[in-house]
Amino acid sequence: MFFQKYNWQKCKLFLIASLLCLPIPAWAVSHAVNANTQTVQMALSTEPPNLNSLTSTDSVSFFMLLHLQEGLLSYGDNDELVGGVAESWRMDGTHVSFTLRDNARWSDGKPVRAQDFVFAWRTVLDKKTASNYAFIFYPIKNAEKIHRGELSPDELGVMADDDRHLRVELEQPTAYFLSLTTFATYFPLREDFYTTQQSRYAADAGKLLYNGAFTLKEWTHGASLTLEKNPQYWNAANIKLNAINIPHITNDANTLFNLFQSNEIALTELSRETLPQALQQRLYIQSFLNGMLNYMEFNFREKSPLHNHALREAISLVIDRQALVNKVIAAPGTRPTTNFFPAWLPGLLPSTNNIPAPDIEKARQALSLAKKELNVETLPPLTLLIYDTPSAVRQAEYLQRILQQTLGIQLIIDKQIFKQKLAKLNSGDFDMALSAWGPDYNDPMTFADLLASSNANNHGRYSNPQYDQLVAQAARLPLGDTRAETFATMQTIIAKDISVVPLTEPGIIYVQNRQLKNVKRSRFGGDPDFRHAYIEEKPSL
Amino acid sequence: MAATLDEQTGNLWRDVRHDIARNPSALTGFFLLLSLLLFCTFGKLLWPDDPAALDLTQISQPPHLGLQTLVIYPDDASPVIAPENIHALQLTAPAHTEAVRLAWPTKNTMNFTLYRHTLPPSGLQDLGLPLATVHVDSTVSTVNYIDQLLLENRRYFYSVVSLDHAGKPIGVETLAVDVAHATPAENLNRHDGEHPKTIQLPAHPFGTDKLGRDLLARLIEGGRTSLFIGFAAPMLYVLFGALYGAMAGYRGGRIDTGMMAFADFVIALPFLLFVILLRIAFGLGAGDSGITALLVALLLLSWPNSARLVRAQVLQLRSMAYVDAARLQGASGFYIVWKHMLPNVLPSILVTLSFAIPAAIFTEAFLSFIGLGVVPPASSWGSMCNEGLSTLLTHPHELLFPATFISLTVLAFNLFGDGLRDALDVQTREARQ
Amino acid sequence: MIHYALKRIFTGLITIWFIASATFLAMHMVPGDPLADEKAVPLEIRTALLEYYGLDQPLPVQYLRFFNNMLHGDFGLSFTQKNRAVNDIIRAHFPVSALLGCIALLFATGGAMLWGALAARFHRHWPDYLIMGVVVASISIPGFVFAALAQIAVLHINQQFGTQFPLAGWGTVQQMLLPALVLGLGTMAYMARLMRSSMLDVQQAQYIRTARAKGLSSSRIFWIHTLRNAALPVFSTLGPAIAAITTGGFVVETVFAIPGLGRYFVQAVQQLDYTVIMGTTVFYGSFLVLMVLVVDLLVGVIDPRIRLQDGR
Repeated sequence: MFFQKYNWQKCKLFLIASLLCLPIPAWAVSHAVNANTQTVQMALSTEPPNLNSLTSTDSVSFFMLLHLQEGLLSYGDNDELVGGVAESWRMDGTHVSFTLRDNARWSDGKPVRAQDFVFAWRTVLDKKTASNYAFIFYPIKNAEKIHRGELSPDELGVMADDDRHLRVELEQPTAYFLSLTTFATYFPLREDFYTTQQSRYAADAGKLLYNGAFTLKEWTHGASLTLEKNPQYWNAANIKLNAINIPHITNDANTLFNLFQSNEIALTELSRETLPQALQQRLYIQSFLNGMLNYMEFNFREKSPLHNHALREAISLVIDRQALVNKVIAAPGTRPTTNFFPAWLPGLLPSTNNIPAPDIEKARQALSLAKKELNVETLPPLTLLIYDTPSAVRQAEYLQRILQQTLGIQLIIDKQIFKQKLAKLNSGDFDMALSAWGPDYNDPMTFADLLASSNANNHGRYSNPQYDQLVAQAARLPLGDTRAETFATMQTIIAKDISVVPLTEPGIIYVQNRQLKNVKRSRFGGDPDFRHAYIEEKPSL
Repeated sequence: MAATLDEQTGNLWRDVRHDIARNPSALTGFFLLLSLLLFCTFGKLLWPDDPAALDLTQISQPPHLGLQTLVIYPDDASPVIAPENIHALQLTAPAHTEAVRLAWPTKNTMNFTLYRHTLPPSGLQDLGLPLATVHVDSTVSTVNYIDQLLLENRRYFYSVVSLDHAGKPIGVETLAVDVAHATPAENLNRHDGEHPKTIQLPAHPFGTDKLGRDLLARLIEGGRTSLFIGFAAPMLYVLFGALYGAMAGYRGGRIDTGMMAFADFVIALPFLLFVILLRIAFGLGAGDSGITALLVALLLLSWPNSARLVRAQVLQLRSMAYVDAARLQGASGFYIVWKHMLPNVLPSILVTLSFAIPAAIFTEAFLSFIGLGVVPPASSWGSMCNEGLSTLLTHPHELLFPATFISLTVLAFNLFGDGLRDALDVQTREARQ
Repeated sequence: MIHYALKRIFTGLITIWFIASATFLAMHMVPGDPLADEKAVPLEIRTALLEYYGLDQPLPVQYLRFFNNMLHGDFGLSFTQKNRAVNDIIRAHFPVSALLGCIALLFATGGAMLWGALAARFHRHWPDYLIMGVVVASISIPGFVFAALAQIAVLHINQQFGTQFPLAGWGTVQQMLLPALVLGLGTMAYMARLMRSSMLDVQQAQYIRTARAKGLSSSRIFWIHTLRNAALPVFSTLGPAIAAITTGGFVVETVFAIPGLGRYFVQAVQQLDYTVIMGTTVFYGSFLVLMVLVVDLLVGVIDPRIRLQDGR
């Protein structure tokens, strides 16, 4: 009776069960761009970690700050310097003066004054602020001493003559100082607002003041952000976008591409994995060299065999950069390089970037020399320190195999999460490491400085007095041929010493909604730049 | 007394065997399990490919049983075409997956962008992937470009766009190129002195991964790791838990209360959070595969369940007459636990084990997913899944095979474990009656 | 009952203390430097930061301080999300995880009852085999594989039929459905198995035979007697199920870009954000202890056997 077949009871059960599986139609649909309201939607890779311009260090926060606030100067469409809060400026040796715009205002309507810069810059150098970017102020007179606590912040070489005139004294002539003033750490900050917010400054949308093209209207942590056009911005007339909506926060390349395809975001990077789909759907693909340099660091400390020049030479000779770029990384847009200074930097001599083929024979000779000099029969296994990204792991696996095959060197991959890799780098607990460096400002010094023996980011403790001297020299020299030649000499020294092995200049490929126009991709100070973007009525072909 | 008990347990096992043999799904699970174990242990004998051997000419190759490939010799000098003979975008050598050599005349333009598409282009914004932006000075009459970027054995459409000074496109030329699979001769290690034009590459029945490694060989290798973790971790913690529980149950009283209270604390720790926390707390030395850290983390967190189970059984058994008898005969506590109690709790331990193993395999896969899995050159099914996840749409085989192996293993354990539990359930029920 | 409840609450509190201590201990074993940054941190700043986060104190002092703050419900400031308190982070992201978990749990228990009951009713007939086959298969697929497959399936549906199901994100009802479904599936499968065997047991029970003998309609027997009694053991697994679902949220939240606490935790781990890791773990641990407690007490109220047991 109970197992009676096909009665109404069972049918009812089945009905409910199948109902559970029915999809429910979607009703709310969002669009990547809207020409009528001039709004655009995009995604961020992470929640902005820190919107306090004094202490932020990461690219997502820099992207946000680029749109929300503005420094004295700014970069134009071709990376030339244009006026930001300052309408005119003069640099004369160690004296720099800025005249601020009459109509530069904070989002609450009060004018942006020279004193706001003085306050911000002094606060950055205060030890208690603990700003990692304080070093970027070191060209200013007394900055380094203040930061070390030897002088009081009042003695910083910056003063407000009146509300609209700012004077800066430099330690020594610094050719690239003006481009530093575009950097987020140089942004102004209003003392009264900052002190009332105290430690919670920039923690929420209402806890920030804006003097940039946009204001942060909403910030639902971890979920979404909304940027709205700032009517108080001095150049508001030329800002066409009314809003930038950020409804998604994710760094999963597949999810991002899926979101782009379903018209929820207007711009996304492609990965090696999503590229074939993008091609299949005939999307308009663009590429952009993001300005960074990927290189291999060596440990020059006595405990690592890599302080031996011949060993470094042997290793550098077997690396096939073409194979690395085309087959292993295989991220379209990435280029192989042998230059420590990326070619896009201004003020360099024109360079050739001939990628040498690996020379196994020469490498083996160098290896036997290294063994003789190190007085060993066989080399101990070497460790290669990497981050836990898939691409880094692939590169490490490739290098492991190549070194084993060609030189019989056993390579141990030391894969660490972000902070653990950094800790190991800083304590010198590695033989080789795959690292990346991004430019902070538009000048070769942002790279040259990295290998100075006093630089803490020189994890391998590479030290060459001649190189240090050239860095000091280039910092003083005015822009011009002599300076360019100094950088060329540095490049020669790096190649001769094999202080690091430059490997690739990473590039990105991306797809962009066809109605979205005039988005600037930039290598420093926040990317992508939507400030002058607009939405076109119809997709153009 | 003891002899009869052993006889009883002997009967129990015989009946369980019998029950499982009659249960088709449990039997399927058992044989599936057996074949997976054989695959991982002896697979290497049948498929001796080196799982670590890279072949950059066969990146993410779908499964094949022997691909025809062109052999490229170092002395294969491609015929040089005089610049004046290049009038349009053209190939300067036969195109193959190692290199596509292109050339085009400058015709007084100095800036070009080269694109590559997998479909015939339909407009200026549908030219495909921008490969390079080329700037030449006015003395150059032809531009040469070698494309080596991840070429596959298929047809490509190359387009070159000439740009004016402002970067506006002024002309576009497209060329369809059929790319043949090729392998440099030095990769083949041939010593027979012959120079064949094409040869057949060794088969990759499960395809290759992103570094051109044989997926079957890697599945065998990775399976060893996965199954090792799957077996070693539960065995360790079930053994430890059983001893702990037996100890608590046997001693009873305050010691029991204290020991079990501690076990309850450990159970309360949020499992996945603590697995992650412990995994990073142990850190990884250079060259450490991460397997030990994972094992210790699993051991520390997972033992209490089996401890509870065993304790309950031991408590029940402790009051049985034959245990009292043994004690009266002067048997030591350890002897009683070992000889009388463990054989009786063994069935439930085995059932626990059959469900703990798939759980451990899953945990390893999950840690791989968040990037805390085993470290190369070690690999596991979980880490292979994670690598394959990104290419799911373009090269599904890289995810499908390792995921299938995980699923099959877990499925096998589930089926077998269900059968075992049912069988033991029936037996114990009958024994009670 | 009250005695039982008090005892449980007391052990619950001690358990939370244990979780907090274990977290503190594990956290301070972690190698690496939470203050390290891509751009090297100068020594002076390091010292200032150590002081700011109280990391310059000896370990026992840190432990006491951590504990004292915890008792006041304060987990400190995040290391990576500068200026944000861990409390704010939990407050902002836990509701998301909780909502997702609730939908998933609802889906799991509902589905499990239905499919389990269905399988039991058609015991040893094709619907039973079909349902159990699907159930066992779904237990056997790793969560992240299933999540990725589901997302791609929806993408294909969108492309084929021009629908606009959201693929990721959080906020609207449709955005919640797919992740909840994926999240609840494993739990549903386990519960469905349990439900099925429990149903089979109950169907053999004396009181069902009695009811049938009394001549009650089979639908009445099914709804009133069988289903209700069979569901009891399923409900008692709710505590562990909540644990499985809340922590299983990591994967789903990552794949579907959901701003839940699980995703935050994984990010914090990769960034070695001490305070967020400790705060989240202690919070989750306490939450789970609470949930298990509530479920146990509820089952105690519903099921007289447990009440009586304790009364003895």
